[in-house]
Amino acid sequence: MIPAPFQYFAPKTVNEAIGLLQQHGDDAKLLAGGHSLLPALKLRLAQPAVLIDISRVAELKSITSEGDRLVIGAGATYREIATNEAVRSGCLVLAECVGQIGDIQVRNRGTIGGSLAHADPAADLPAVVLALGATINVMGPNGARSIAADDMFVAMMTTAISPGEVMTSVTFPILGKGEGAAYAKLRQPASRYAIVGVAAYVKLDGGTVAACRIGVTGAGAVAVRQPAAEAALVGTSGDDAAVAAAANAAGDGIDYLGDIHASAEYRQAMVKVYTRRALTEALRRARA
Amino acid sequence: MTAEAMSTKLVGQAIKRREDPRLITGQGTFLDDIKLPGMTHACVLRSPYAHAKIKSIDTSKAKAHPGVVAVFTGEDMLDLNPLPCAWQAGRVKNNVNTPRVLAVGEVHFAGDPVALVIAEDRYIARDACDLIEVEYEPLPVVVDAKKATEPGAPQLHENAPNNIVMEWEAGDKAKADAAIAAAEVVVREQIINQRLLPTPMETRGAIARYEPATDEFTLWTTSQAPHVLRLLLTAFVFGIPETKLRVISPDIGGGFGQKIFCYNDAAFTMWAARKIGRPVKFVEDRSENYKYSTHGRDHITDVELAGNRDGTITGLRVTTYANLGAYLSTIAPGIPTTLYGRIITGAYRIPAAYVKVYGVYTNTAMVDAYRGAGRPEASYLIERMVDRFAAEIGMDPAEVRRKNFIPPDAFPYDNGLGLLPYDSGNYEAALNKALEIVGYADFRKEQAEARKQGRYLGLGISSYVEICGVAPSKWIGLPGEGWGAGLWESANVRVHLTGKVVVTTGSLPHGQGVETTFAQIVADELGVPYDDVVIEHSDTLGTPFGYGTYGSRSLAVGGTAVYRSVAKIKEKAKKIAAHMLEANPDDMVYENGRVYVKGSPDRAKTLGEIALQASVAYDLPEGMEPFLDETSYYDPPNCTFPFGTHIAIVEVDPDTGIVDLKRYVAVDDCGNVINPMIVDGQIHGGIAQGIAQALYERAVYDENGQLVTGTLMDYAVPAAHMLPPYETARTVTPSPVNPMGVKGAGEAGTIASAQAVMNAVIDALAPFGVKHMQMPATPENVWKAIRAAQSAS
Repeated sequence: MIPAPFQYFAPKTVNEAIGLLQQHGDDAKLLAGGHSLLPALKLRLAQPAVLIDISRVAELKSITSEGDRLVIGAGATYREIATNEAVRSGCLVLAECVGQIGDIQVRNRGTIGGSLAHADPAADLPAVVLALGATINVMGPNGARSIAADDMFVAMMTTAISPGEVMTSVTFPILGKGEGAAYAKLRQPASRYAIVGVAAYVKLDGGTVAACRIGVTGAGAVAVRQPAAEAALVGTSGDDAAVAAAANAAGDGIDYLGDIHASAEYRQAMVKVYTRRALTEALRRARA
Repeated sequence: MTAEAMSTKLVGQAIKRREDPRLITGQGTFLDDIKLPGMTHACVLRSPYAHAKIKSIDTSKAKAHPGVVAVFTGEDMLDLNPLPCAWQAGRVKNNVNTPRVLAVGEVHFAGDPVALVIAEDRYIARDACDLIEVEYEPLPVVVDAKKATEPGAPQLHENAPNNIVMEWEAGDKAKADAAIAAAEVVVREQIINQRLLPTPMETRGAIARYEPATDEFTLWTTSQAPHVLRLLLTAFVFGIPETKLRVISPDIGGGFGQKIFCYNDAAFTMWAARKIGRPVKFVEDRSENYKYSTHGRDHITDVELAGNRDGTITGLRVTTYANLGAYLSTIAPGIPTTLYGRIITGAYRIPAAYVKVYGVYTNTAMVDAYRGAGRPEASYLIERMVDRFAAEIGMDPAEVRRKNFIPPDAFPYDNGLGLLPYDSGNYEAALNKALEIVGYADFRKEQAEARKQGRYLGLGISSYVEICGVAPSKWIGLPGEGWGAGLWESANVRVHLTGKVVVTTGSLPHGQGVETTFAQIVADELGVPYDDVVIEHSDTLGTPFGYGTYGSRSLAVGGTAVYRSVAKIKEKAKKIAAHMLEANPDDMVYENGRVYVKGSPDRAKTLGEIALQASVAYDLPEGMEPFLDETSYYDPPNCTFPFGTHIAIVEVDPDTGIVDLKRYVAVDDCGNVINPMIVDGQIHGGIAQGIAQALYERAVYDENGQLVTGTLMDYAVPAAHMLPPYETARTVTPSPVNPMGVKGAGEAGTIASAQAVMNAVIDALAPFGVKHMQMPATPENVWKAIRAAQSAS
């Protein structure tokens, strides 16, 4: 449980961090809250020569509302997000999702940027980011750019962020009248990661579902949308039968994982169960 | 004694633990808090293979690494004997293989120690381990105890054909066979009691210092049994006089059995400290604790229970494969034999019972006593099968228990399995109390209603009996049960010149609150203020020899030694008081710390006055030695047999298989209670560990012998929010075995709880046709059990 030796830098600005990344290239790893990286270091599963600790970069910490958007600094901790009033009133599902990650010690340290950049297949946030159609904002040597949620998660622990880039913030929509979102999850009891986590977003127009997005995490190597289930719900009244049909259509396009905590078969079944639960709650909220 | 005096008694009161102000404010001194001048740090290189020949080890790069003091391999330590096995299965041949301090030539499990680095700090030591080059030739691996005994299985040790440590049996096979053949109903299952990782909050470790001038060692180590460890290290491993080693157990952050044993780190820190002339510290990290320190349980059992349709149980036949790991740990063979096979019939009068146990070597970490040690496995087995039988004949499980309980007038009760007779019990009273608290009849109505609505509630009963206060030496010792020593306990009580009472005991706490409960006993019996009593322990220098704290024995055996020493003090005090009062010693009364002539309580001598007289010794009875100082060595005439009934209520979500543990009722009878708060605490902690086995915990090796649950990210120790509130109550059936009538409570919660939860889960799943499922009842296991039962029907 003792990491291999490494060099340590603690930049104060994003530009400084980018400069260090350029300087050290593949030898360097960004350190945010450390809750994924430090265990890997301690088990010597990861042995980077250089750690660039961005937890002291003040500009990554802010949480602001901008019109109908929430902009969450990549360095904001789960606890800061979960207890932020603007987040709770504008995007409750995000607050709820990060408010149940790990335990209180994890939530005091872990950051939204760290989780999304690490892209653990069982992390909770990717599902919510997908369902809400959030945008990941990054900065690199060539300036700033934004990555759509749907383009973000490429493969197991691989994102669309380029090696020299630093995530600066994540933009979420503020949900309005007729919109609802919810996250439902089966926990792995030891790690409290998701065995299956499903985030659902719905928008009602009159009595009809006008839009639906579903993000699934935990089940496969990478978090994915569920287009068939979404399509099954859109245009319906969102009643129980419609939800059941949509849930039944969920589960395709996932490269299911099987391990000691859950077989692929069980994960596949649970994607349907938790899709139903997430949709039911999202619809309830949209109608409220 | 007056009623007023009675009410001031400390025994029976929930006095706050005197240990706690120190421990809960971070003022304890645990092993890793100890830093000695010049201390070095050890790190162990462990085999990544579960079974391999060591072709070569090259330590040159590690030795050259800056800050490294020394690097050693098993070849360097051939002057040390292998670690001893102190409890072989009784009356049968044991094919003994114990671990060397560092492996020589071959490794037998992933985590087997191969080399040792001593460095200026822990970081350097760890880095240097990566520089050691070991060439292995991998060998085939077996991790399953039953498969290990089959033809063609990989063989671990030359002297153990088919990997069998021993074949052991108890009971009457012919009678059991006949009962099963003749029975109206026979229920059969394979029941797996999965391997568990004890997971004390503090991992294990050792610090050794060597004094060349006197050729003496001091060892600080996380031991539940420092005197035994001293004996094993000196007499067996090092071959040096026992007096050359002092062992000190500092504050210990939980043991659960794992810290009883003689491990290699105690030996290699001593050996290396002598070699390099500096103190050596070794503290396991969590991964090492999981890979190397002992595990618990791991039984595969085929069981048949026979009975009549009227609910009478007539026979029980059991075959168990007990996985003991790659080598024998210190007391491993005794656990699945004496502490399991001999109590396999539980709380029931079963006229024909037979149990066969195979101890088996596999390429896994060693298995030894873990909280409950054998009794949880036995209790789980019989309680699961009684429920299975009740379901088969369509009888209420509470009624089947009532019908078969050993009745209160049958004690002392011989169960026919080679155990000493059960001391006392009233099993139905505890069952009835638990049923009353839980509201049994109302629950069954609620359950029926819920089922109509598609909700699956279940209630599980566990009526357990266990073995505590081990044990009479002449029963458990070598010629009988194979224990390689005695199992008495000791205590010394001294009343100092100032009237303060100092007790030294061979028992020691690692969470049990012995400093508090022993002081309650002494304060009451001597009639002195509680704060005037000091309990000293845990250091072989200054405490009398004791076998240590495990098996829920500290109070029943160690506490009784204290009680008897106090009784001797009182006798001597009476003689001195008689001399002071010019009275006949036979006429003296000792009451509330005062001694007087019967009928003349006004002319009394206080214990303080007597202690002063005894200490200054100006005027003592002719021939009497000065000082109030008495020691007892108490060898119990029998074990004690706590019992009780636990009931769990669960609701199962059939869509996901999630088990919601809604209520947990525990009625325990541990005889007379010294401190009810401490007993409740022990019961709570014990229940948590049993629920953990039922719902969450399992150690998993893959087929290559890699521990897949090697970290707390994969091994699910429950957090507080994963456990329900407990409703505890007691019945009191004093033990006739010892003068205080106490039995023991440290393991009861664990022994009782797993099957209460599993019986509840299976009861909830009855509408689906589920008759049995293995632990843990994880959501997926429950979900699969439902689907398997549905597709079978």
